[in-house]
Amino acid sequence: MGFKNLFNSKKILSLLAVFMLAGTDMLFAQGTEAAGAAATDAPKDNGLATAGYYILMFLVVCFFIGIIGKVFRVYDLTQQIRGKQPMNWNNVMGTLFLIFLIAGLYGVYWSFTTHGSMILPSAASEHGGVLDTMFWTTTGITMPVFIITQILLFTFLFKYRYNAKRRGHFLPHNNTIEKVWTIAPAIVLTVLVIFGFFTWQSIMNSVDAKGQPASINIDITGHQFAWELRYTGKDGKLGKTNYKLVNGTNKLGLDFTDKASFDDLQADTMVIPVNKSVRLNIHSQDVIHSVYIPHFRVQLNAVPGMPTYFKFKPILTTTQMRAKLDKPDFEYEVLCNKICGGSHYNMKKIVRVVSEAEYQAWLAQQKPYLTDKLKQKLHFADAPADSTKVQGNRLALNN
Amino acid sequence: MSTLSVHDHGVAHHEDDHGHHHHKETFISKYIFSMDHKMIAKQFLITGITMAVIAMILSILFRIQLAYPDKAFPLMETLLGRFAPQGRLDSNFYLALVTIHGTIMVFFVLTAGLSGTFSNLLIPLQVGARDMASPFMNMLSYWFFFLASVIMLSSFFIQKGPASGGWTIYPPLSAMPKAMPGSGMGMTLWLISMVFFIASSLMGGINYVSTVLNMRTKGMDLWKMPLTIWAFFLTAILGILSFPVLVAGVVLLIFDRSFGTSFYLSEIVLNGTQVQPFEGGSPILFQHLFWFLGHPEVYIVIMPAMGISSEIMSVNSRKPIFGYHAMVYSLIGITVLSFIVWGHHMFVTGMNPFLGGVFMITTLIIAVPSAVKTFNWLATLWRGNIRFTAGMLFAIGMVSFFISGGITGIFLGNAALDINLHDTYFVVAHFHLVMGSAAIFGMLAGVYHWFPKMFGRMMNERLGYLHFWLTFIGAYLVFFPMHFMGLDGVPRRYYAFTEFESMKQWLSVNMFVTWAAIMAAVAQTAFLFNFFYSIFFGKKATQNPWEANTLEWTAPVEHIHGNWPGDIPAVYRWPYDYSKPGADEDFILQTVPLSQTMNSNLPHDFEDNPTGLEEHNKWVNTQKSNEQVK
Repeated sequence: MGFKNLFNSKKILSLLAVFMLAGTDMLFAQGTEAAGAAATDAPKDNGLATAGYYILMFLVVCFFIGIIGKVFRVYDLTQQIRGKQPMNWNNVMGTLFLIFLIAGLYGVYWSFTTHGSMILPSAASEHGGVLDTMFWTTTGITMPVFIITQILLFTFLFKYRYNAKRRGHFLPHNNTIEKVWTIAPAIVLTVLVIFGFFTWQSIMNSVDAKGQPASINIDITGHQFAWELRYTGKDGKLGKTNYKLVNGTNKLGLDFTDKASFDDLQADTMVIPVNKSVRLNIHSQDVIHSVYIPHFRVQLNAVPGMPTYFKFKPILTTTQMRAKLDKPDFEYEVLCNKICGGSHYNMKKIVRVVSEAEYQAWLAQQKPYLTDKLKQKLHFADAPADSTKVQGNRLALNN
Repeated sequence: MSTLSVHDHGVAHHEDDHGHHHHKETFISKYIFSMDHKMIAKQFLITGITMAVIAMILSILFRIQLAYPDKAFPLMETLLGRFAPQGRLDSNFYLALVTIHGTIMVFFVLTAGLSGTFSNLLIPLQVGARDMASPFMNMLSYWFFFLASVIMLSSFFIQKGPASGGWTIYPPLSAMPKAMPGSGMGMTLWLISMVFFIASSLMGGINYVSTVLNMRTKGMDLWKMPLTIWAFFLTAILGILSFPVLVAGVVLLIFDRSFGTSFYLSEIVLNGTQVQPFEGGSPILFQHLFWFLGHPEVYIVIMPAMGISSEIMSVNSRKPIFGYHAMVYSLIGITVLSFIVWGHHMFVTGMNPFLGGVFMITTLIIAVPSAVKTFNWLATLWRGNIRFTAGMLFAIGMVSFFISGGITGIFLGNAALDINLHDTYFVVAHFHLVMGSAAIFGMLAGVYHWFPKMFGRMMNERLGYLHFWLTFIGAYLVFFPMHFMGLDGVPRRYYAFTEFESMKQWLSVNMFVTWAAIMAAVAQTAFLFNFFYSIFFGKKATQNPWEANTLEWTAPVEHIHGNWPGDIPAVYRWPYDYSKPGADEDFILQTVPLSQTMNSNLPHDFEDNPTGLEEHNKWVNTQKSNEQVK
C-alpha cells in the first residue's frame, strides 16, 4: 500500500510509463488481433499497462538503489585515498541487528496486544476451558524462552561484532552447561507432555459410560460442499445408514428396514441445549472434510468409510456469547477445515446453543427424514408393514 | 612425534590417472550431461533457484487473492486465461496454486535444490574425494530431477489445470477425477513427476552416503568431518529410508485412480447420487504412508540448513562451533526420532486417541535435540569476533527463524492443543518459519558462502545485505500475524475469508501480509541480479576468501576434474580450530598437522589419541622446564 501511494503521486513518471509502453502495447495488440479477437468492440483492459507501469516504477527504484550503492563505493574509495578507514560494515550490521531487536520486540508487543485481542474468546465448551488453560500455560513457558533467546542472539551479534584487535574466545565445549540445557528443556517438556497426554485422553476417550445418561446424539455428514444434520426422534436412537441407499430423496442413505430410522429428524441449524453433553457422529460421503467449531475447541475429520465422533458440552448459549462479545448477530459456526474442493472455503453450518426448553420446542418442529415423498416411493403408507419393509429395502438397494 | 604426522603413501598411485590425461570435454559433456560433482551442484542450484522463483510467483498470486478477494485484476486474466475469468482467480485454480507452491518449495527447492546443491558440491570437497562414488548415477540424479520439474510445471498447460488437493494429496479428493478438476490429468502428472523426483532423490542419497562412508581422505575420520557433512550424510540416510514409503503410497494411489482398486477408498457417494463401487479401503492409510515420508521430509529440509548454518556461523564468528559432539548427537537424535513422530500430523483424523498420545510424547522429545542445537548456536556466537558477511547474516536469520517457528511446534505437537490449531493459519505460520524461511535462509547462506567455490568469483556483499534485510523483515511481517489468525480459528487453504462473518476482521491483516510478501518477493531480484551478474562479472575470488579451515578451500579456485592437483590433502585435525590461543593466525586449516602447531595444541585435540596426548604432555612439560631454566 505504501508503495502505491508513493508512486501514484508522481504523475510525470506515469506519463513516462505510458510513453515507454506504447511500443510494447502495440506488439501485444498485434498479437491479440492475430488471435482473432476482432469481435470485441470496446478495448478491454488487459492489465498490461498497469503491469508495465509497476515494472517501470521498480526499475526506477532499482536505479536509485544502484546510485546509492555507487555513492557508498565512491565514499569508500575516497576514504581509502585519504588513508582513512573505509565504511565499517560490521558496525553497521551489528547496530542494525540491535535496532531490529528493539523494533522487533516492540512489534511483537504490538502484535500480541492488537492481533492478540482479535483471537477467539475463551472457550464456550467444558473441555475447551481445560485446553485454554493448557494453551496459556504453554504460552507462559515458551514465550519467555522465545524472547530471551532472540535477545541473546541479537545482543551477541552487536556486542561481539568484528574488531580487528580482538580474537574470538576459543571455547569448543563445556559439558556442564550442555548437560544443563539438555536436561532443562527435557524436564519442561515432560511436564507439558504429561499435562497434555491426560487432557488429550480425557477429551478423546469420552465414550458414554454405563449408567451415565446418554448424551444427545447428532449425526453430521459432510459432502461437497455442505453439512447435513440428523437428530434422533422420540426413541432417542439414530437409525442405521447405508451409503448404497443414497439417492436424491434419501440423501443420507437411511436404512428404513431399521425402525429406529423412522423418526430421525432433519435440521438446517445445529441447535443444541446448553450444559448437556453432545455427541457428534461425524460422517463423510465423498472426500475428507473436517468438522471444526472453533468456539467450542472442537475439531475432528470426517472420513468416508470411517465414522468418527467428538463429545463436548457447550457451556455458553448463543445469547450469552452475543452479550459477552457485544455482537448482537454472533453465531457459532461449523466450518470445514480439510481441503475438500473448490468451495471448501464456504462450507458453513450455524450452531445455536439454547436452553433446554427452547431446544425441546425447536426439536418438536423438525421434520423427519421419512418424508411423504419417500414413503410413497417405498410404498410405506398403504401396504401392511411386514411386506413393505422387505420390498422397500429391495427398492432402495436397486436405486 | 611420529604419531602426529600421517604418511602419504597410497594416495600417490591414484594421482597418475588424473594428472596426466586431459580427456576432451565437449560443451555437452561439460555443461549438460556432466558427471563432475561441481557442475552437477551448479545445475541443481540453478534449477532449484528457477523453481523457487516460480513457486514464489505462485504464492504472490494467491496472496493477492487473499488480500483483495472482491477485486478484479485484468492482468490476471491476461496471464492466466481461463484460470482467472474476469480477472479473478478461479477457486479451484487457487487450490492448484497452493498445492504446486507447496510441492515445489518442499520437494524441488528445499530438498533437491538444497541437498542436491550442497551435498554435491561439498561432500567430495570437504571429505577430500576426487568426485562422488558414482558420478554417472549423480548425473542421472540431476536429470531425473530436471525431468520431474518439467513434468510438474507442464501440468499448468493442460485443460483442467494442475493438481489441487494440497501438497499432501489426501485421497479420496486426489483419487477421484470427479471430485475436483485438478484431480484429473493434473494429479496424474503430479504423481508421475513425484516418482521421477523420488528416483532422483534416492540416486543422490545413495551417492552421498557411500561417498561419505568410503571416500574420505586420509585422516578424515568421522569425528573430523565438518557439521555440514554430518548433516548431509544423515539427511541422505533419512531420504533413503523414507522416500520409498512415499513411492509405495503413490503407487497404491495410482492403482486406485487408474485400475479400480480400493486401497484408500470406501463408501463414497459423489454429488449426492453417484454411489461409487469402492469398498473396504481407508483414506487414513494413505496419510500414514504419506507422513511416514512427510515428517522425515521436513527434517530432510531443515538438517542441511542446520549444517550449513553451523559451519558458516563458526567460520564467521571466528570461533569453534560450541559442542561439536552435542551438535552431531542431536542431529543423530533428530534423524532417529523423526521416524516415529509422523502421527502428529494426524491427531484429529479420528486415529485411535491412544496412538495420538504416543505420537505426542515422541514429538515433544524431538524438541530436546532441537533446543540443544539452538543453545549451541547461541554459545558459538558468544564472545566470538563476528564478521557480518552476507552468508553469515543468512545463517543468523536461519537461527532466528528456527527459534520463532520451533517454539510454536511445542503447541502443535501437543495433541490436545492441536484439536483447535490443526489446519489453521497457526500451522501455516509455524512451518513457514521453522522449515520454510529457516531452510531457505540456510540455503541462501550457503549460496553466499560457497559462491566463490562454485563460480570462482565473489558476490556483491552490499547487495547481499540489502537482500538479507528486506527478506528477513519481510518474512517476519508475513508469518508473524498468521499465528493470531490461527488462534482465531481461521482455516488454511481457504480461497476467500468473505463467507464467514468472523473471519472478515482479518482482511486488513491479509492485505498487510500480502504487501509484505510482495516486498520480500521483489527483494529477491537483488539476489537474482547479484547471483547471475557475479557469475560472469563478480570480483575474482581468492583461494580461501573467508579464512576457513575446511578442505574445500585448499582446492584451487579454477575447477579441475578431480578437485586437487597432485595428492588429495590429508587431514590432521577437526575443522573448527578458529582463534586458537597461541596460534599465529585465527584459523588453522584441517591440513595442518598438529606437529606444526605445538604452541597452540590443547589436550582437547587429543581426546581420542592417547599416544598423541602423551607426546603433548611431554612437550608441555619440557616447555615448562625450559621456562623455569630461564
